Amino acid sequence: MQVIQTDVLLIGGGLAGLRAAIAARRRGHDTIVLSLVPAKRSHSAAAQGGMQASLANSNKGMGDNEDIHFADTVRGSDWGADQDVVRMFVNTAPKAVRELAAWGVPWNRVERGDREVIINGEKVTITEKDEAHGLITARNFGGTRHWRTCYVSDGTGHSMLYNVNDRAIAENIPVHERMEAMALIHDGERCYGAIVRNLISGELLAYVARATCIATGGFGRIYRVSTNAIINEGMGAAIALETGVATLGNMEAVQFHPTAIFPAGILVTEGCRGDGGLLLDGEQKRFMPDYEPEKKELASRDVVSRRMEEHIAAGHAAKSRFGDHLWLDIRLLGKKHIDTKLREVKDICQYFLGVDPVSQLIPVRPAQHYSMGGIRTNYRGESQQLKGLFAAGEAACWDMHGFNRLGGNSVAETVVAGMLVGEFIADFCDKPENEITISTALIRDCWQKESAHLQGLCIGGGENPFGLIREMQNTMTELVGIFRHGDRLQQAVDKLQLLLQRSNNLHVASQARGANPELVAAYRVPRMLKLALCVAYGALQRTESRGAHFREDYPQRNDQLWLKRTLARWPDADAILPSLDYEELSVMNMELPPGWRGYGAKDFINHPDAPRREQEIEQLRQSMAGASRFELQNMLMPYEQLMPERYRRRNARLGENERGEIEIRETGSGEKQ
Amino acid sequence: MNNIPVREERTLRFHILRHNPQDSESVPHQQVFEIQEADSMTLFIALNEIRENLDSSLQFDFVCRAGICGSCAMIINGKPGLACRTLTRDLPEDIFLAPLPVFELISDLSVNTGKWMRAISERLETWVHNRQEEVDLQQLEAPMEQSLAYSIYELERCIECGCCIAACGTAQMRDQFVGAVGLNKIARFRLDPRDEREDTDFYELIGDESGVFGCLTLLGCEDVCPKELPLAAQLAYMRRKMASV
Repeated sequence: MQVIQTDVLLIGGGLAGLRAAIAARRRGHDTIVLSLVPAKRSHSAAAQGGMQASLANSNKGMGDNEDIHFADTVRGSDWGADQDVVRMFVNTAPKAVRELAAWGVPWNRVERGDREVIINGEKVTITEKDEAHGLITARNFGGTRHWRTCYVSDGTGHSMLYNVNDRAIAENIPVHERMEAMALIHDGERCYGAIVRNLISGELLAYVARATCIATGGFGRIYRVSTNAIINEGMGAAIALETGVATLGNMEAVQFHPTAIFPAGILVTEGCRGDGGLLLDGEQKRFMPDYEPEKKELASRDVVSRRMEEHIAAGHAAKSRFGDHLWLDIRLLGKKHIDTKLREVKDICQYFLGVDPVSQLIPVRPAQHYSMGGIRTNYRGESQQLKGLFAAGEAACWDMHGFNRLGGNSVAETVVAGMLVGEFIADFCDKPENEITISTALIRDCWQKESAHLQGLCIGGGENPFGLIREMQNTMTELVGIFRHGDRLQQAVDKLQLLLQRSNNLHVASQARGANPELVAAYRVPRMLKLALCVAYGALQRTESRGAHFREDYPQRNDQLWLKRTLARWPDADAILPSLDYEELSVMNMELPPGWRGYGAKDFINHPDAPRREQEIEQLRQSMAGASRFELQNMLMPYEQLMPERYRRRNARLGENERGEIEIRETGSGEKQ
Repeated sequence: MNNIPVREERTLRFHILRHNPQDSESVPHQQVFEIQEADSMTLFIALNEIRENLDSSLQFDFVCRAGICGSCAMIINGKPGLACRTLTRDLPEDIFLAPLPVFELISDLSVNTGKWMRAISERLETWVHNRQEEVDLQQLEAPMEQSLAYSIYELERCIECGCCIAACGTAQMRDQFVGAVGLNKIARFRLDPRDEREDTDFYELIGDESGVFGCLTLLGCEDVCPKELPLAAQLAYMRRKMASV
């Protein structure tokens, strides 16, 4: 058994993992990144439309700041988010964009003068300020009050990932590619690293580390129809769950993206709608304004996806031999815009649909897209149960997105979480009391357990692992989708439990040496099933509708009973259900107490503390008349003390003074019809 | 979408070059699999079907299955391409698949492009070199012209799939040749004013036969680049620039 030792072990080579690795390395800690695939192939590369950061350079971003980004994110989350974490995030996002700019990301820039854009289906001329010329521009995305999404055409994630990865190479950070973490080494209290399988040779190794951070992304592949890369099987979250100690938060909060091409499920960016694209039904009629007069196509994703499915159910779908779908129309954006700002979208339409979006409609239907849930951590990204275990990015639930994530906030979260959690990991490793003493017997036990498990799979039973995966994916897509109901969720739980039992009896036919793809599928099946059960069972228990979790039998958001986070654990390895606990969110500590989101359903059951907290806030505001927005924010919900020192400072913004106010106001709105 | 033609269902014959270097008894051989063609079938769907139903040991790499990550490049009927976005209806009934040459073979259709590309990045130092190590993140970013930002992005769209290397005459003969992927990266950083390196610095990296002077201008690279990068123009331009150093 080979044992590799390091200070920090990053499991996952996407944006969050690489950025956290750079932070830890810069603070002088030896860092190794493990990646299932070559790191530049990580799913971060698939982020198309952009990352949110309130730079406010472009005309349509004017007046934007951290406060508005904060409020948009909390509303988007349907008040499920941890507001401290959201504050930390919105203050760091502009720094992240600027850091990436310095590292080489070719962000699209503001060009002074008039330009034509499409807003609400109409051509509008906007005028960009002289002084903003050359600064980073932004496009519109759903659920945001200003245009805030910084972008690199529609290859934003690709560009970010390549530059961050090359930065990691510059800083000499080893990335051990084609390596899969199979189990965490732990004693129930402290995490010491991981047992890892080499996906070329099939060899099992042990990595021992003072701090281990899981940044393996989401688990979309438990669904049949998903925009996720096929590697997004949630193995990082699953091995945390299999410790029996660490918890997963809000696993039932699963996002469905409105515009996956139909039927392949490949994403086309929200930027299509942000830039002015429209959704049309089978009669080629625009329908979103009828459902959502406020934000139309640009309400949050949970709302738009539900409205689309509602419209399909009402018989307005376009029909094809693959089934029902709707249309995305970006023809009105014009050839030049599509050829430069939406060229990946154009490629995808061309190759997978044979459609030219300059002149033709794109068939779309919502598909699973993002996992708001993940390994539950505190604001430092640290597991609350296993010391030395951290998580960052989509794999984590620290919890920035609550029950619905805004578009452009995930790729932003990856780098911001990498920056912040990376610092916290370095702080952790700086402390002498966090040195580890680990017995070789513990490492060997963990290693032998995995090794025996793998050998057992090669001689056992009769179930085909690929078949079980398919049955799980169908169950999730059919019964735990956008519209959920107690009866169907119960069916899903029953079915998944049966599948989990059957997965004890797998048969790996192939004896191929090396990675052995069938063996890989076999050891992943039960792990995926456990995650699927956390999702389905959590959804069954949550008898309300919040964000992306919608219950037909409980259509209201119920703050009185459900303003809390679901925590799933799997204490008994042989059990076929997780055990659930709940963590209350404190309204009295919120900067933004629960209310209407500004789009979507208007009726909800209020939390008894909400009016009290609103009153308290109102009094504070009045007593602090004349205070700057920073002073006021600090009174409402101080968070700066939580931040790593180096990222605490305020963000400079064009035309904004020290009090955070815009000094030079342009005359007029800068918008001509 | 109803304009996608329905073809008569064909039986496809996949002739796959197989070899597993992990297995000392393995010898390279071609194996034939027959499957029924389905609507809008891609090689991603077809290969998974073969693995799930016919031979579970078959190895290949897919990640995004959307043509953006560069994992699945292979030789498809004699030409390098991305398998995930290749539709079977554009191919004859006999489909020949082989791993990309030049790269280390992992097994069957899976090759180690990641290792090769990381080595190129290390060797060509494909990152922004700036003496001012840490920028002040609190301040406004340095301005840049949109046209320049876009030109950088055009070259940065490379997905390191390896097709250009597989299609390159020089790369077959010289293991040290950095290929179109490497030279394009240098062109990208040369264009970027944030990178303070001069042409003399770039000359140190690519001013020999393993770099820009090794290129025979066969331009197979540009023909097969799935991202349609302007590789021929970049190679010619870089050669001119390096020749004048």
